[in-house]
Amino acid sequence: MAALTLLSSHGLSRHFGGLRAVENVDFHLEEGEIRALIGPNGAGKTTLVSMLCGRIPASSGTIRFDGQNITRLPAHKRIRLGMAYTFQITSIFAELSVHENVLLAVQNRVHSRRAVEQEVAVALTRVGLLDRAGQTAGDLAYGHQRLLEIAMGLGQAPRLLILDEPTQGLSDGEVQAFIALIREVAKTTTVLLIEHNIDVVMALADKITVMNFGAIIAEGTPDEIHANEAVQAAYLGG
Amino acid sequence: MSRSLTLHLGLIAVLVALNFVLPAYHHGNLARVMVLAVYAMGYNIMFGYTGLLSLGHAMFFAAGMYGTGMSIRLMEMSVGPAFLVGLAVAAVFAALVGLLALRTIGVAFMIVTLMFSQAVFLTILFFNPVTRGDEGFVIPQPVRQVAGLDLSDPTIRYFAALTLFAICLLALLWLVQSRVGRVFIAIRENEERARMLGYDTWAHKLGSVVMSGTMAGAAGAAYGVLFGSVGASFADVPFSILPLLYVLLGGPGTVIGPFVGTLFMFYLRDLSSSLTDAHMLVAGVVLVLLTLYARRGIMGIVRERWLKWLP
Repeated sequence: MAALTLLSSHGLSRHFGGLRAVENVDFHLEEGEIRALIGPNGAGKTTLVSMLCGRIPASSGTIRFDGQNITRLPAHKRIRLGMAYTFQITSIFAELSVHENVLLAVQNRVHSRRAVEQEVAVALTRVGLLDRAGQTAGDLAYGHQRLLEIAMGLGQAPRLLILDEPTQGLSDGEVQAFIALIREVAKTTTVLLIEHNIDVVMALADKITVMNFGAIIAEGTPDEIHANEAVQAAYLGG
Repeated sequence: MSRSLTLHLGLIAVLVALNFVLPAYHHGNLARVMVLAVYAMGYNIMFGYTGLLSLGHAMFFAAGMYGTGMSIRLMEMSVGPAFLVGLAVAAVFAALVGLLALRTIGVAFMIVTLMFSQAVFLTILFFNPVTRGDEGFVIPQPVRQVAGLDLSDPTIRYFAALTLFAICLLALLWLVQSRVGRVFIAIRENEERARMLGYDTWAHKLGSVVMSGTMAGAAGAAYGVLFGSVGASFADVPFSILPLLYVLLGGPGTVIGPFVGTLFMFYLRDLSSSLTDAHMLVAGVVLVLLTLYARRGIMGIVRERWLKWLP
């Protein structure tokens, strides 16, 4: 299978005042892969991903998605090109029902009323929340709120699903269900995953990118990363 | 027919029936309440559904009122076309204000809308020779006619107000259940999330301001032609606070709430002014009590407790 570059950045930087949160990053993501982005706290993972999906502008550098230069494209237009982003801190419409949350994700792409309802039901079924569709989203247990976020991502039927620390705060059982879900999703969708739980990373990732101090310090298969000395140093502070 | 459509058509039916049973005094009041409720419904599009708190909505009311009033006074237009001019003036003005004010958010947005509204108020006073300033002017009774119907006649006035009210009520009912209306609500709940679902939140907020301002302008234009008076006091600060009060009392983010709030507030003020001159004090006390004890307003509480489906 000839891999196509779905998303790439060239010389991408973001400075906050004097702080170089992300410095000169060249990043390539191939269509169909599950990529994990790891690194110590403050390494610049969320900043990098936020630039990729347009939540914050880049200080310099270029970003391409599906061959198109999207560096200056506002976030909502990038989303319409086929990106979906789920937030690190649970970000749902707490006062609305579970159903309405996913409806908002679907209706931007699908127009016929019946097709919208069908897709909402499909997304909710995939994460196992269909029986809670009528509940107010804010009343869900934390783990279920994380699942709702993922359902919203699925409802967008993205080409690229970006998940920012999706398993944070989930129980072991929920994490296992999450791994199974992402394996299923990845059959049709490219996944970029920021993740601290190394078991999740090892179970899911085709390739791992490691960041530290705003730069990519290593990239490779899980086995390669496992054996990499720079990575060991970054995590152990050696 | 859905439950919510039945409820709202039911309200309209009740209002039709009340025309035949109400004594003259309350009949006149209710006509006024319906027009003011249109103003409040317009306000609710921005405040209750999109989460944009404006402190200057009197400028849109006045834009409609003066757009219509000046067309009649200076260009001797008849009421129908003049009403449309009022709507157009309010819509264009709301778009301009939106383009500028939406560069700010939160408290800054409140202040900017307040300042724009003050600018409108002072402009009306400044051009005293044309606008008659704070004295205002009267739209004479012979001019106040549509298709041979005399708008100063109580029954015709009542039905004219009811027609406008019914159109706005049903339009709003449709809007808030539409795709666009859901995006407004999403912006109110979590703007960043709405943006990251692929919605152009800025464009939707601008749309909300234009719809809201146009509906407020329609109320202003109708008020002018139905009650015959056009004046600068309709552009002043207290008149910007009123719709906020109506909506807070009736239930922000409910279609029927603004009418309920306007009705309650109107009679509260009516009753209190027979007891004291300080009727704005009553408004103030109501506002404080609402903020402390009933943030969701009357229909908001009804929705929370009993009618979960209430749009």
